[in-house]
Amino acid sequence: MQVDEATVQRIARLARITVTPDEAKALEKELSGILNWVEQLSEVDTSNVEPMTRVVPIALPKRRDEITDGEIPDQVTKNAPQTEDHFFVVPKVVE
Amino acid sequence: MTDLTKLTLTEARDGLKKKTFTATELTDAFIAAIEAGNGALNAYVLTTPDHARAQAKAADARLAKGEARALEGIPLGHKDLFCTNGVRTTACSKILGNFIPTYESTVGANLWNAGAVMLGKLNNDEFAMGSSNETSAFGPVVSPWRRNGSDAKLVPGGSSGGSSSAVAADLCLGATATDTGGSIRQPAALTGTVGIKPTYGRCSRWGIVAFASSLDQAGPIAKTVEDTAVMLGAMAGYDPKDSTCVDAPVPDYAAQMRQGVKGLRVGVPKEYRVEGMSKEIEALWQQGIEWLKAAGATIHEISLPHTKYALPAYYIVAPAEASSNLARYDGVRYGLRVPGKDITDMYSQTRAAGFGKEVRRRVLIGTYVLSAGYYDAYYLKAQKVRTLIKRDFDEAWNKVDVVLTPTTPSPAFAFGEKTGDPLAMYLEDIFTVTVNMAGLPGMSVPAGLSSEGTPLGLQFIGKPFDEGTLFRAGKVIEDAAGRITPPQKWWLSTSKGR
Repeated sequence: MQVDEATVQRIARLARITVTPDEAKALEKELSGILNWVEQLSEVDTSNVEPMTRVVPIALPKRRDEITDGEIPDQVTKNAPQTEDHFFVVPKVVE
Repeated sequence: MTDLTKLTLTEARDGLKKKTFTATELTDAFIAAIEAGNGALNAYVLTTPDHARAQAKAADARLAKGEARALEGIPLGHKDLFCTNGVRTTACSKILGNFIPTYESTVGANLWNAGAVMLGKLNNDEFAMGSSNETSAFGPVVSPWRRNGSDAKLVPGGSSGGSSSAVAADLCLGATATDTGGSIRQPAALTGTVGIKPTYGRCSRWGIVAFASSLDQAGPIAKTVEDTAVMLGAMAGYDPKDSTCVDAPVPDYAAQMRQGVKGLRVGVPKEYRVEGMSKEIEALWQQGIEWLKAAGATIHEISLPHTKYALPAYYIVAPAEASSNLARYDGVRYGLRVPGKDITDMYSQTRAAGFGKEVRRRVLIGTYVLSAGYYDAYYLKAQKVRTLIKRDFDEAWNKVDVVLTPTTPSPAFAFGEKTGDPLAMYLEDIFTVTVNMAGLPGMSVPAGLSSEGTPLGLQFIGKPFDEGTLFRAGKVIEDAAGRITPPQKWWLSTSKGR
């Protein structure tokens, strides 16, 4: 699998990480190298194999649908870069 | 008074109970050792001496009343991946900046409720992604070990490099660590310390900065097998806040450790004799086999046919889960924010500036393998291979009780030796990563020195929730090999100007 610069930029956009043209060049090589290396998995016959969903066979625990936590807006917003009245402030999203 | 920092955790616990010294004296000894040594080693990214002294004082009060708990007054280092209430937690990433959690991880809370004292937060690879501790935003950790006749800086392994370096250098009695592909066992092996990654589900993951949720587990690094048994006993346990945490009693691991290995069936997987394995690793492995035989265990060759596919499958599963987990770092709720021309630009600029090179690389790989059209070919395929890896072990458990392998393919390497080539660095985890893929417990025990005079470790792999057998087997190796400590405390002498 050869990753080209356009693909690097497409993935970077999906991942929301700005990548400079120089970085994209280096990443083309690195990502291609890693993807070629994992290609060896195609040697393994997995035609009748279920994908693993959990390593320990336990059922997910259930609990009553009740509020067990909350009323801590000071704590929730304490580490935010910008807040106003317990709201997170972001650049304008809707025109 | 003798140097209290040289004690093992268990020895220190006995000394506290006998009132040979107080928890305050013990804690002060470690605070002084950190002041003198951390400049050269960079094991701690934050020290909390006032916090430690307050905990030690409370421990002394309990000890005086005869109400000591399992780790009363024991000074520990805490990996910076664990959220600490009111104490900065960064995962050693710029993107978490000055994040100060308002809650405590469950594993941390368990330790403090057992009376332990927190000396500070320990360095690690950024978001635990690395095998040398060179990707930390706080700079690399230096191993207290050096090659014979050389003062080149060696890596302490990773990602729990601060933990392994601090324990080996007597800057704490034990340390918390986490292991996603080998991040407890590889650093333990490279520093002559003991590290155990318990079964997936044994320790709660709540409050630990997430890397790859189906693989991450917390565990201890300490000076001896018994010390790790005591620590794990305090760290483990059911937690309703982690739905993958198992509701099962935690056994007395130290008591199990003393049961010996008479009649224990030890498996030696032929697939671990990888091409290019060094002669001394091969010899070490053989030595381990001899020691176990002499202690009454029987040795059986086994086959784990899908071993070679574990690492490539891991480098699909782990980055995929990481790309999803790390989506939360967007400059809105916590950490770094870099302004942009609109909200998407703000996200992208923030993440480009906040994530280091290796983290960006893994998030991009993860995004790629999960993207439309590639999911089946990569992620689903890797999860199917994972089923086969686990099946290999399930079959092995019909014949053996525990598996013995080397922990790493080679001894500690120097700074920069493997940073240029991501694949070379990934190969560090070749013997450890299968264990995470199958969710099994694994332990590294120091077993000898390389021709360069640096430590080498052997790994035991156990059945699910059978940590007890790992402690039994590990004890045999430890008793035979003896404790392995750095020959000189060079880091104390030139600590001021690194």
